[in-house]
Amino acid sequence: MQILIYGTINSVALALFALGFAMVYGVSRLPNFAHGALYVLSGFITWTFVNSLGLNYFISILLAMFVTGIIGALIYQFVLIRIRGMEISEIMATYAIGLAILEGLRWGGFRGMTYTLPAFIEGSTEIAGISVDYQRLLVVGIGAAVVAVLWLFTHYTSLGLALRGMAQDERAAMMLGIDSDLMALAAMGFGSMLAALAAVLLLPLGNIVVEAGYNVLILAIAVCIVGGLGSWMGAVLAAFIIGFAQILTVVYLGAHYQMVVALLAIIITLILRPSGLFGRQKELEERV
Amino acid sequence: MKESSDQRRKERLDRGIKVRSEGIYALMSWRELSYLFLPRVVLIGGLLILPLAMPSMYWQRVISIVCIYALLALSFDFLAHYVGLVSLGGAFFIGTGSYIAAILNTSFGLPPILTIPIATLLGAVICTVLLLPCLPLRGVYFAIVTLMYPLLLARVIEALDILGGTDGILGIESFANRWMEQYFIILMVLFLLFGTRRLVNQDIGLVFRAVKDNDQSVRASGISVTYYKTIAVFIASGIGCLAGAYLVHLYMWAGLSTLALDFSILPIAATVIGGSGTLVGPVLGAFILVPISELLRAFGTLRIVFYALILLGFIIFRSEGIMVYGQRKYHQFEKWIKV
Repeated sequence: MQILIYGTINSVALALFALGFAMVYGVSRLPNFAHGALYVLSGFITWTFVNSLGLNYFISILLAMFVTGIIGALIYQFVLIRIRGMEISEIMATYAIGLAILEGLRWGGFRGMTYTLPAFIEGSTEIAGISVDYQRLLVVGIGAAVVAVLWLFTHYTSLGLALRGMAQDERAAMMLGIDSDLMALAAMGFGSMLAALAAVLLLPLGNIVVEAGYNVLILAIAVCIVGGLGSWMGAVLAAFIIGFAQILTVVYLGAHYQMVVALLAIIITLILRPSGLFGRQKELEERV
Repeated sequence: MKESSDQRRKERLDRGIKVRSEGIYALMSWRELSYLFLPRVVLIGGLLILPLAMPSMYWQRVISIVCIYALLALSFDFLAHYVGLVSLGGAFFIGTGSYIAAILNTSFGLPPILTIPIATLLGAVICTVLLLPCLPLRGVYFAIVTLMYPLLLARVIEALDILGGTDGILGIESFANRWMEQYFIILMVLFLLFGTRRLVNQDIGLVFRAVKDNDQSVRASGISVTYYKTIAVFIASGIGCLAGAYLVHLYMWAGLSTLALDFSILPIAATVIGGSGTLVGPVLGAFILVPISELLRAFGTLRIVFYALILLGFIIFRSEGIMVYGQRKYHQFEKWIKV
């Protein structure tokens, strides 16, 4: 029972990490290696709004999501737009941005135990004899809501449909008058906002640490690869697979192996089936 | 229509001396010989004089580290721009080489002169065998999978507490004297630099480039793509393992930090800055980047920020790199012409 509950929570957390990454990659084929950095950055932005400017917690969360979205869009507009399509440059540039953000935060003194965000609702409850705090329940609830809203957004709004069109076939989408760069900009903005949302939901469970940026990036990549790069529903399902696998290894093998699961999942998936469980990449694009 | 008559563009023409010195007749004139030899002599001479010009222990250590990164950058450039395999796993090569050398030295008591060649070959074999299943992958998929290998190895060592666990392996023999330490790695850099340059111009290099540009046509010609990729990975990982084995004897310590992301990212930055696809460029890039990062040491982690920003600037504004730019200036002259 414990495995089931904590596995679900862990899985939803992973899905939240990965959705932003999956969205950016799905729409614009940009592997956003700055994703983890944006996650940590938005945590610190929220912290600054709450503690230095003394704003209301929920207003500062909304503001932080907005600001992170803008930052993501700016990164696209000023950096990534120039190098789209050159894979090595994309990876290097986004990674360099992530590195600059994370190490800049570390240099700026954002480390230590002082940087915590308060939980939305304090306290805990018991489900089937296992105590779960409200924040974790909230993560599951909001995570499910986010997935549902994203599904509705991409199926019933014109912007969402345009994004999905780009994801399916960029050229055909352009022929139908969808502005490729504008959509990629929007995807980068929304992706960053999703990273920020994940941050404000999950960071209250622990300290805000710079190192989390690297781990979040690896987990997001693991989920997206297993689910198939560019497939959003695949990412959600893969989050559950990796999430439960992680909790199972923690229970039966030890906490050290948690990261090994994610890394092994990436390597095994890439070797056996590079397009992932639900990827629809053409075979030729990924391997000889 | 004044504007159109005023429009100009830059025209580039090869210098006469470049054309004259291309054939065997370059031997007829000292001028053309020196035109050919000048860059090579500057490079070789500069590298050989460097340890003498900077006799302090600190800067000699920096030169050794620069050479390690130069080797890694060379291996990355060779693999990425001549075979089309973008490997982000430089740390994997370094880590494998260093752990093998460390075990050979501490458990079997072999001297550095034996551990380095053994670690190079054995490490290259191990890396190649482990990377074999990923060889059919390409593009961003191969990049991600190689990025994950060193991270996985580090976590496994940490979790299983093997190979010294988080403490690493201590008490490794160092080199007999520091001049040997310096000149060994400098000569290796020069040898491998000119070696790979020659290799890519042989027949096998032609196949490598064909694999990069159009692997389907290579396959259609009845040549096994995987076989040539295996050879290329063996060479590249051998270069990386050599650097790793040397690193272990330099620091007298092998640990998890040899699998750190630095060794994967810094060489790529050096390649981008130096000029990708030139093989000399990455070495040059390492000689620019690593000392800069040493000079910025006082700024703490801010230096990584600087460093990431420099990299970003180069990727966006000067993606050709210093070496390509320099070669163009050396071989060609530019003039404005009316359109």
